[in-house]
Amino acid sequence: MATLPLYENALSAPRGMGDRLPMSQSPDRNAEAQVIAAILAGSTHLFHDLIRPYERTVFSMAMALLRNPQEAEDVVQETFLKALRNLHSYRAEARFSTWLVSIALNEARSSLRRHRSLESLDETTTGETDRIAPELLRDWREVPSEVLERLEVRKLLLEAVTELPMIYREVFMLREVEELSVNESAQALSISVASVKVRLHRARIMLQRRLSPQLLRLAPKRRRFPW
Amino acid sequence: MIDCKHVWERISEFLDDTLSPETRELVQRHLEHCEVCSAILDSTRNILILTTDERVFELPVGYRERLHARLEEEIRFYRN
Repeated sequence: MATLPLYENALSAPRGMGDRLPMSQSPDRNAEAQVIAAILAGSTHLFHDLIRPYERTVFSMAMALLRNPQEAEDVVQETFLKALRNLHSYRAEARFSTWLVSIALNEARSSLRRHRSLESLDETTTGETDRIAPELLRDWREVPSEVLERLEVRKLLLEAVTELPMIYREVFMLREVEELSVNESAQALSISVASVKVRLHRARIMLQRRLSPQLLRLAPKRRRFPW
Repeated sequence: MIDCKHVWERISEFLDDTLSPETRELVQRHLEHCEVCSAILDSTRNILILTTDERVFELPVGYRERLHARLEEEIRFYRN
C-alpha cells in the first residue's frame, strides 16, 4: 500500500479551522487521487477522510435546494453513499469535488421531485426573461462579518438565498458555495455557459435588491468628526 | 461613456473579473464618477461575502456523527 503523507497533510490541517476551504486550501488533487486509488484497492476506511472537506458545502447546497434540514441530511447521506459505491466510475479529468457536487445536485433534484413536484416545476420554468434592476443606493457602509453572530441576521440571509427562484438558487450555490467554475456549473446543470453567467448575475442582483435595505440598518454608523 | 443601466448589467462579470479589458475600463471610469453604481457594486460584493459565510447554513447537531456512522455501516458491508 502506498503511503499517504501528502493527503494527510492536505486534509487534516483544515479540520480545526472551520470546514470551508478557500480555493487555495482545497485538497491537493494529486493527494486526493492517491487516496481514491487506495480506497479502490481496498482501504475503504479512507473514504471518511476523502469526503471530510466536502461535508459542509454539500449539506449547504442540499439545504438551499430543499429548505428542510432532515431532507437535506438524507440527500447528503445518499450522495456520499453513491459516491462510495460508484467511486470506480470517477474519472480524474474532473475535480473530485465537481463529481461529488453533481451527484448531490441530482439527488437533491430527485428528492424535490418526490416531495413536491409542482412547486419545483413552477420555479424552474418562470422568470428567466425579466430584467432585474438593483436596489439604488447613494452610499454603502460595509457590513462586517461579525453581524453573523446574530441569529436574526443569519436567518435573514438564509431566507434570501433559499427564496431565490430555483434556477438562480442552483447556479448561486454551485458557483458561490461549491466554488465550481462557470464551465463546471454549466456541465453539472446541463445548460450553456452563457446561461450560467446570466443566472448568476440575476441571483446576485436579486440578493442585493432584497438584502441591501435590510443590511444597511446593521452597518456601523459613520463617525462624525467635529471639524 | 456607458450609462448606469449598462453598468448594472455588468456588475457580476466585473466582480468575477471576466470583462474584456476595454469594457472593464469603461465600467471602472463610470464607477469613479457615479456614487449610485459604486454603492451597488460595494453592496453586492459585501452581500456575497455575507451570504456565502459558512455560518449561514448551520449544520444540524450530530450531522457529522450520523453521516460517518452511516458510511461506516456501508464500509463494513464492503469488508465482509
